[in-house]
Formats: sequence, structure tokens, C-alpha cells
Amino acid sequence: MTKACDYVVEVIIENKKLAKDPEGETIYRELVNKSGYDQIQSVRSGKYLRFIVNTKTSKDAKKLVQDLCNDLRIYNPVVHSLQVTARGNSQ
Amino acid sequence: MKLAVIQYPGSNCDYDVIHVLRNLVGIETELVWHRNFNQSEFDAAILPGGFSYGDYLRAGAIAAHSPSLNEVKEMSQEGKVVLGICNGFQILVEAGVLPGALLRNDCLRFVCKWVNLRVCSSRTSATKLIPEGGLLHIPIAHSEGRYVNKNNDLKKLYENDQIVFKYVNEKGEEINSNPNGSLDNIAGICNLDGNIVGLMPHPERASEPSINPYGSDDGLLVFESMLNYINH
Repeated sequence: MTKACDYVVEVIIENKKLAKDPEGETIYRELVNKSGYDQIQSVRSGKYLRFIVNTKTSKDAKKLVQDLCNDLRIYNPVVHSLQVTARGNSQ
Repeated sequence: MKLAVIQYPGSNCDYDVIHVLRNLVGIETELVWHRNFNQSEFDAAILPGGFSYGDYLRAGAIAAHSPSLNEVKEMSQEGKVVLGICNGFQILVEAGVLPGALLRNDCLRFVCKWVNLRVCSSRTSATKLIPEGGLLHIPIAHSEGRYVNKNNDLKKLYENDQIVFKYVNEKGEEINSNPNGSLDNIAGICNLDGNIVGLMPHPERASEPSINPYGSDDGLLVFESMLNYINH
């Protein structure tokens, strides 16, 4: 029987293109670009959340957090995109 | 007739609204803690401005899960009047009572200033006494007031006459008048029936001429419209 263990599930919420990203654009334009980092093509800002999840597999952990993000409207699907990744003891 | 002003942890314009409703409009108004709000006891509700739950996650996102929003959804269906002001508007949007999203101002700053609004629809509970095209001088004070929606949904808002207020210049034109980057200068919208309205500006701060710098009482028209809408 597989034993449950802790996984780290990371959530990144970014603005979709239609919502623009004034913070990322300003960091890029006013700081990065003006400081001469010519190879940097763009900067995106977002919100980062880290969950510690106790499940049997990393897949279960990821699914749980994905569902939670939808149920609790952790992001607004009209204007945000969501990236969910799980790491830890992979089964 | 009895109105409720719903208080969330972090509301800070609740008493201003109560003062206007009780002492200037003359309606019985009760301050109700959000967990205790029972819509059947009231004819209308106002979700006031402030910073509910510290604006954590997104402005209004946590308060949107308060049981009071289930009551507000019932009010929406029953045709009762609800007004969301600033953070109250953000809560209504986050709860899905009103469509779209309110994101960080494009200038990335908290904007506190007086603006001109054009009333785009007179059918709503907040604008019944104001003719279409009428201008209001009212202040805004927010960080997250940039209204965003998908193109298709924006089109639906126009088709269904759901755009209530727009930011305009002194002549009523949408030129150099957008304080936060809102899509199409939108400052306020309503639900399909027009009984639920949300707006970013603060009508309660422009209701008593003697305590504001421009002597404006334009905001009072919003509250008097609510009263008129309920009575008819």
C-alpha cells in the first residue's frame, strides 16, 4: 500500500494578455532595460503560492491544488492564467 | 423600508455610507456584520468601500466567499437593490455577481482624486433619478480599479445596457479622463436586471457639500435613486 507523504505544490498566477501586465512591463522597461541587460526580452510579474500537500502521489497533490484553485477562485479565469507544478517524493 | 450596510473585516467606508443614508437621505439603515446578514430582513444592501481581508490574494477575493454573498445572490434573483462601492464593487465582481475583473491600476499607484462620471444608463437602481448623459463629480480612491473583460463579454455589456458609469472629462468626453486604465473608461456596471450596481467612485464622499472641497452633492443622487427604485 502506498503511504501518503508531503509534496510541494507551487502555483503561479499571471495576467493573461488581455489584462496586460503593467508591473512586469515597468520592471522590464524602467529597471532591466535601462540598466543595459540587452539580452532580456521581457519580464512577467505574477503571484506565487506554495502549498504543502499530504497525498499518496504527486499527481494527486497537483490535482487537489488545481481543483482548489478552481473551487475557491484563487485566480480569476477571465483575466488570469494558472500554472500548477508538484514536486517532492514522486511516486 | 430598511437598508443594510454590510461590514467586512477591513471595511472603512461603512459609517460614511450610514451617515448619508440616515441623516441626508433619511432611510432606516443598519450596520450588519457580514456573517450575520439575512437579506429577508432588508429592502436593499450596500457593500461599502475599504480593504476587506487586507486585499489579500486580490481585492475582494476573500470576502467573496462570505455567507453574505449567498444572500446577495438571492437578492439579485429577487430583484432587490444592492450597491457595491469600491471594495464592495470588487467583492461583487469576485463573487461573480457582476462580470469581469478589477485589476491593479495601470499606473501602479493608489489613485485618490476627483473625477467626472457620465451616466450611461438611467434604468438602474443607482441612476434612476439621473438622466442618461448626466455628469457627476465624485472622488475615487483605489489601487485596483482597472476594469477588464473579454471582448465578447464587453460587447454583451453594451448590448444589455449594463455599463452604468464611465470616466469622462469636464465636457463629458472620454478623452484624457481614464484614471486607472479601465477598459472603455468603465467606472461602474450593473447586472442584467439593473438592480445590482457596482462602481469604483465613492458617492458617499460627494453627498454633503459642506464637507467636500467642491461642494458637490452629486453622490446623493445615487442613494436617492436607490430609494426611488425601491419605492416604484
